[in-house]
Amino acid sequence: MTENTPITPEIVAEHGLSPEEYARIQELLGRDPNLVELGIFSAMWSEHCSYKSSRPHLKTLPTEGPRVIQGPGENAGVVDIGDGLAAVFKIESHNHPSFIEPYQGAATGVGGIMRDIFTMGARPIASLNSLRFGDPEHEKTRYLMNGVVKGIADYGNCMGVPTVGGDIYFDACYNGNILVNAFCLGLAKADRIFLGSASGVGNALLYVGSKTGRDGIHGASMSSAEFDDSTEEKRPTVQVGDPFTEKLLLEACLEIMKEDWVVGVQDMGAAGLSSSSFEMAERAGLGMELDIDAVPQREEGMNAYEIMLSESQERMLFVVEKGKEEDALAIFRKWDLDVAVVGRVTDDGIFRAKENGKEVVNLPIQTVVTGALKCDRPTSKPAYLAEMGTLDISSRELPVNCGDALKRLLAAPTIASKQYVYEQYDHMVRLNTLVLPGSDAAVLRVPETNKALALSVDCNPRYCYLDPYVGAQIAVAEACRNVACAGADPIGVTNCLNFGNPENPEIMWQFQEAVRGLGDLCRFFDIPVVSGNVSLYNETKGEAIYPTPTIAVVGLLNDLSLHCTQGFKQEGHLIGLLGFTREELGGSEYQKVFWNECRGKPPRLDPKTELMVQRLCLNMIHQQLIQSAHDCSEGGLAVALAESCFTGPKPVGADIGLSDGMRTDALLFGESQSRIVISFSEESLPSVASLAKEAGVPFSVLGRVGGQQFKIKINQNEIINENILVLEDIWKNSLSRYGNRVA
Amino acid sequence: MKCGIVVFPGSNCDHDCYHILKHVLKLDTHWIWHKDEGLDAFDFIVLPGGFSYGDYLRPGAIARFSPIMKSVIDYANQGGRVLGICNGFQILVESGLLPGVLMDNAGQKFICKNLTLRVENSDTPFTSQCTTGQVLSIPINHGQGRYFADDDTLKRLKDNDQVLFRYCDAEGNTSDAANPNGSLDHIAGIANESKNVMGMMPHPERCADPLWRNVDGQLIFKSLIESSLAHT
Repeated sequence: MTENTPITPEIVAEHGLSPEEYARIQELLGRDPNLVELGIFSAMWSEHCSYKSSRPHLKTLPTEGPRVIQGPGENAGVVDIGDGLAAVFKIESHNHPSFIEPYQGAATGVGGIMRDIFTMGARPIASLNSLRFGDPEHEKTRYLMNGVVKGIADYGNCMGVPTVGGDIYFDACYNGNILVNAFCLGLAKADRIFLGSASGVGNALLYVGSKTGRDGIHGASMSSAEFDDSTEEKRPTVQVGDPFTEKLLLEACLEIMKEDWVVGVQDMGAAGLSSSSFEMAERAGLGMELDIDAVPQREEGMNAYEIMLSESQERMLFVVEKGKEEDALAIFRKWDLDVAVVGRVTDDGIFRAKENGKEVVNLPIQTVVTGALKCDRPTSKPAYLAEMGTLDISSRELPVNCGDALKRLLAAPTIASKQYVYEQYDHMVRLNTLVLPGSDAAVLRVPETNKALALSVDCNPRYCYLDPYVGAQIAVAEACRNVACAGADPIGVTNCLNFGNPENPEIMWQFQEAVRGLGDLCRFFDIPVVSGNVSLYNETKGEAIYPTPTIAVVGLLNDLSLHCTQGFKQEGHLIGLLGFTREELGGSEYQKVFWNECRGKPPRLDPKTELMVQRLCLNMIHQQLIQSAHDCSEGGLAVALAESCFTGPKPVGADIGLSDGMRTDALLFGESQSRIVISFSEESLPSVASLAKEAGVPFSVLGRVGGQQFKIKINQNEIINENILVLEDIWKNSLSRYGNRVA
Repeated sequence: MKCGIVVFPGSNCDHDCYHILKHVLKLDTHWIWHKDEGLDAFDFIVLPGGFSYGDYLRPGAIARFSPIMKSVIDYANQGGRVLGICNGFQILVESGLLPGVLMDNAGQKFICKNLTLRVENSDTPFTSQCTTGQVLSIPINHGQGRYFADDDTLKRLKDNDQVLFRYCDAEGNTSDAANPNGSLDHIAGIANESKNVMGMMPHPERCADPLWRNVDGQLIFKSLIESSLAHT
């Protein structure tokens, strides 16, 4: 295929463009595009790059606040954390590639998000990831999980960026479409943030990083379509990662960014050289000329089409001041990176590319970047909700033995300890990880300050399936709650919205409702959404995933010594609960494990109560009244209590007494929101109780830490009495037994 | 006292070693770029952890050919003290300064976690601040840390007290359960025959900042500092 290939309707369709879109291209250009140009339109107008379905909804999110230095629209969001420093963070999906090729898909997802962070001038200091796999018994799940985890590990470990936390859920809705959402956070000087803008006519365009190869061509278009039987054939569209080159790129970029002649920089991510050059020129309102032959190439015989659309990894586009080209080249050569001056900034708003001296691309930049047809996609409330939205739990049987029920839940891969996974990640490098993986939130010190950042990522897809508005609200609430349990104040949100095919009005309704929930809660909590990513078409053969609006929250602790963890610290401490339990089992892990269903209403969320509980918890931590705080989430109160027993300095038992008239299973395993399990010394009880009273938050003493048994009585009747080491073994090792099993 | 940290392309624990030596232990600490040569000015040098050259081919296999390694070998042969941590250990083995090999972990997976080591010989420049039999809590972070050597080499290592650390449980007992990677004879760290070169898989720099309660890793660096003072 060359630029001379005639454009037929078949070729247009192969590029994922509709006849209407092609007509619009013809109209905007006043001529037919050539094949190279068509390829560029295809990538730039794909859902992945243009956000054409999602943008009208995303515009409703709150993105401003006193701390916000950079909101959505750049490589990552930037939030001021004081001391002249800024936290730079974003979460991004790599779902489609990871399902096709889990190892490389996940690895390059990590590489991509890290480049987003260091292109802003920030040194990445921590990664998180949010993973969704299918039913553990599905034939591909173990292979996909192990491949994804190894891909994340090999890339992140080599980069020297600690992977400090994340979340993993298993559900059959992901059998045909797993989710890999990668988050990265970096630190930069607040007044040295680099943006992706190609300003200054005559300035030089520098290509740096790996050579361009034939991998990943049309990755952006692939990620904008559903999967079908030919999915396996799409493996060549998955890029191959080289973390070693990226590590060199990271160090070289941070070195060159100390210079004041660096004008702008952008990562070559989805749609590679096309998106980076067009977007940089568009932000500056200028033009650009590019010499295709100057682009470093991995193999001979590549043509302009391939070079413009390759998604080879570990590449960046820099704009440096005219006359500083040699200085820039010297820094990159010191790090043994491929680097070349490939073009110039021009003044006419046109992108021109030459190959062998001949012009092969001549496109108006604004048209390509912002000209995609806006889709006001229709929405319609899904039919399934009428049927699934009801649940009569009175017809469901109570567990015969609550101890056995607890064991079953502790063994469920969604609840069981993720130690098997996080031990494969370097979570300590750079010496900032104050709280290692395995507590509610990861806590990192901010080097050279007395501050710390707490990070959490969350989304319960079953709640979102049953009510995307409430589900998205709960995702934000829970991520904030995790951060509060660590002692930090939430200061910024980034989101990764994973949904099915937006052309289906029911999916679009889910999307609209989730964004509305996200926006409403962020507004109520007064936390800005500073960056994000949308991943649509997450479905196989018409079977969509549950809506999964993954939320990552960054929190700030002004005094790092005041951080808190979830584990019980000492025998004799009292155990208390902030918040109260309702009879709710809809969408719970218990419902799935015991009744094999997901129906009813998700737990209720009252944003006001939620905020009061979180503020109270923070207050108690900062006054050093409590020694542990743990969010009650999947598996409910009984699981939260058990986890606090396992995760202290050493496993310890607990003696718990509950009194309530509701169903035993709802009391023990229901997932009512806005609840936090705390522990504290006997002397602190009066202060803890009076603070709770002042705050208007329900508070109850549940029991005491101690012994080797985990005991729960309800209305004086002992219903659980299990050896803590037995429970711990089940919780700690279930996932490794699963992951290491030879199928 | 002047110490140096070698930076290979792909080193990533270099900053951490620098932080501990420079900011915590207040030493005159310098970066040494892999393209440099000559180390005579240093009282000791550290080959840090990470993924030199991406661990491509085999960890340490390419780094041994970098220009600085010729200087490291000369420096070591003249009695200079060299500490290799994790990837640094792998490079020392690949370059022949230490015997044996480091293979894939027995479980075929990368492992990052805290564990315990037993000090086997405190009469070396790297362990003089420890006592023999002392249990140290130091994390590991590697995919290829399974030490192996042939019978003759192992015998020499043992006869000459070159095994400095073994993986053990909290009470100091070695066992397969306490051995994270299947290392031969539970070996976690060894020295060369003249005890001026030492490699260990665990990361002492990760437990040497007083921000954390555990500062066992300081013992290794303090031993090096004390012995270097005595040496000069």
